[in-house]
Amino acid sequence: MKRAVCLYLHVHQPYRVRNYTVFDAGRDHNYFLGGEWGSDLNNQWIIHKIAEKSYVPTNYRLLKLLEQHPEFRLSISITGTLLEQLEMWAPQVLTSFQQLIATGRVEVLAETYYHSLAFFFSRFEFEKQVRMHREKIKQLFNVTPRIFRNTELAYNNDLALWAEKAGYKGILAEGWDKILRHRTANHMYQPVGTDTIRLLLKNYKLSDDIAFRFSDKTWAEWPLTAEKFTHWLNALPEDQQLVNLFMDYETFGEHQWDESGIFTFLSKLPGEFMKLSGNTFMTPSEAIEAFEPQDFIDMPETVTWADTERDLSAWLGNAMQQDALDNIYAIEDAVMRTGDTTLIGDWRRLQTSDHFYYMCTKWFNDGDVHAYFNPYPSPYDAFISYMNAMRDIKLRVLQSFEQPAKQEHNEAMGEAD
Amino acid sequence: MLGWELPPHNSGGLGVACYQLCKALALRGVSIDFVVPYNDRHDNVDFMEVIPALPYPRQQLAAAGGAYDSRNFSEKTPRNHELPKGLREQQAAYTEAVCTIATRKKYDAVHAHDWLTFEAALVAKQKTQKPLIAHVHATEFDRAADVHFGGNPLVHDIEYTTLSQADRIVAVSQATKDLLTSRYAIPPQVIEVMHNSINPDELVPLEGENSYAYLSLMKQYGYKVVVNIGRLTIQKGLTHLLRAARLVIDKDPSILFLIAGCGEQYHELLELSASLGVSHNVLFTGTFVHGKQWRDAYAIGDMFVLPSVAEPFGITPLEAIGYGTPALISKQSGVGEVVRNVLKFDFWDIRKLADDIVAVAQHESLQAELIQNATDEFNTMSWHTVAEKCLQIYAKLPKTIGAASS
Repeated sequence: MKRAVCLYLHVHQPYRVRNYTVFDAGRDHNYFLGGEWGSDLNNQWIIHKIAEKSYVPTNYRLLKLLEQHPEFRLSISITGTLLEQLEMWAPQVLTSFQQLIATGRVEVLAETYYHSLAFFFSRFEFEKQVRMHREKIKQLFNVTPRIFRNTELAYNNDLALWAEKAGYKGILAEGWDKILRHRTANHMYQPVGTDTIRLLLKNYKLSDDIAFRFSDKTWAEWPLTAEKFTHWLNALPEDQQLVNLFMDYETFGEHQWDESGIFTFLSKLPGEFMKLSGNTFMTPSEAIEAFEPQDFIDMPETVTWADTERDLSAWLGNAMQQDALDNIYAIEDAVMRTGDTTLIGDWRRLQTSDHFYYMCTKWFNDGDVHAYFNPYPSPYDAFISYMNAMRDIKLRVLQSFEQPAKQEHNEAMGEAD
Repeated sequence: MLGWELPPHNSGGLGVACYQLCKALALRGVSIDFVVPYNDRHDNVDFMEVIPALPYPRQQLAAAGGAYDSRNFSEKTPRNHELPKGLREQQAAYTEAVCTIATRKKYDAVHAHDWLTFEAALVAKQKTQKPLIAHVHATEFDRAADVHFGGNPLVHDIEYTTLSQADRIVAVSQATKDLLTSRYAIPPQVIEVMHNSINPDELVPLEGENSYAYLSLMKQYGYKVVVNIGRLTIQKGLTHLLRAARLVIDKDPSILFLIAGCGEQYHELLELSASLGVSHNVLFTGTFVHGKQWRDAYAIGDMFVLPSVAEPFGITPLEAIGYGTPALISKQSGVGEVVRNVLKFDFWDIRKLADDIVAVAQHESLQAELIQNATDEFNTMSWHTVAEKCLQIYAKLPKTIGAASS
């Protein structure tokens, strides 16, 4: 018997928009830097905090695990917005990711550079961002991704067709019951209408036991140990040979704190699981080589890994979110025509899906403050800062079209510098 | 129950809160005698007995000083059988009357609303030998809009004396409870937080053309309207709203402000708006608005602002939401503890307030989300829930006051 765990960690931080008011618009083009040290809207502070709590201790343990267990494998995806911030504010963390990837046993996946939902709004912009990400990964890690994952694991048949055409060998999605029906997520699949590409589906039950429930003392299975988790894995039916554990990297140390014992769990799990002969770890690429697809999967509607609805409603479920998204993509052509790389960069940073997530009113309404993670006091405040930044972007676009005219005028008047 | 006003003879939220609480309690079988200082008809009250303590009509008394006039309050000897001139005399006469009323029946408890009745409350407690509930709708610190040094020391004395002898204290918000603990040294365990509420089904529907014809027309030209309704007094923080208005108008001159109400700050606010150069955009009614004018003021707004420096509760944002207008509430207002889908700002942070006003005025999606979600919250509110809570507080009271100290 043979069984493989495919561990995939998603590493990402957005550029949160600082408390940016209508009085800043037109005056100060800096939307993302500064703010009070210790504020949840100060990106630099957040990078420092998360580096200390999560990135540094987790990478240290992962590296040790790779040294201890020659069979241990994992995969990560790491966004361009985070890589930039690590280069600026935590280069030692970037080095530790480079060390991990240099082992050759950590596969890096492809995604959009800006962690955006561009696939659903502008195919051109989407492809550009995927290219930018590939180049960044090549430049920093000297590898080229072969497996694709879209922002928030947002997936549908069209995306699979696109990924196959773009040359990817595999793609990731949520193992959502409504799609699987009687089938298990613990098999290799193939997207409907494709020839070569493979589909890996997240086992959300086992993934979320670690990512969401690990430190929940009201959970019947608390405390979760490496032994108990391994027992669950070993108890799966024999034909279920592939277990896809997909989660946020920040699960380790940030969502689940050190005090919860999450690092001990991480350090022990690979050894514990591989005690049973035949049990191993695989990267997505290895899993695609090892396992034949069992069936076709049809997902005409977009499925994500968020909430009980598993749709895009956490990002575009309300009027503010739709307004913001409509606005940002409506100015695509105008922004591109300016040719101003700083302006284009800022526009792209505003596409990161987190901005729209902060505007979500679903949990805010229910009054479920604890489940509600947001650096802004309310979804409305998130919208206000975002739209003020949007005002400024639009103003910059207008100004940039005026400039050549002004320049010509100045030259004619002999005032050019 | 001891109170100072009931609708329609009220000048603020205190009377409304007393009325709604009593009505919901009466529905649950509580028999209430409600003592007011004046003698007027209450055709709207058939669920309890309203007992006049003094033989004068409300208007005559109000001219001498109303429920919110604590700053003019001073010590003077009351003269029997003459029209009481000031608040102090009204209050002394009220206390005397309560002294008689308290012995007429066998009551189970004394429930007193705010400082004006607090002296009478102590007498009533003594006469009836029954437990006293002191219900705090506002403290002197709130009325003076100064949490540290503010207010009339005489009033503080009355509040302190009664609060420290009450068997139970009811505060209309957690913020008020915190204030009672920190500024009056009341142990937190004797204070219950019981928020005010609103009955959505009792909101009088809008009808006919809006009373504010000018604003209606301007809205057709794309103007937006920011509304405030309340007393023009320092507690309400309207100078901050005017300063924010200056910033707003710089960004967007098509935003108008309607300030509906009157009060001792009226002329000061007029002058301030002139000196800020915003008079063209800021409209004052200069009088209290009632009935249709009052409802229409809420309805004409694209948003309602409550910029209070100190507001133990503050019902107006809920009424605004009831009339379809989203609310912006200062963080210093207790009502913010019961409604989440509003914008909140520190009363002194005029840049944040101005930023919020411009955003709501310019983004329909924001306005729509705010009001839609706030309406969902509004529809779950009810004074019946408050009455249930009040009954629980009554049930926990000692049967006689002798037992309270043991």
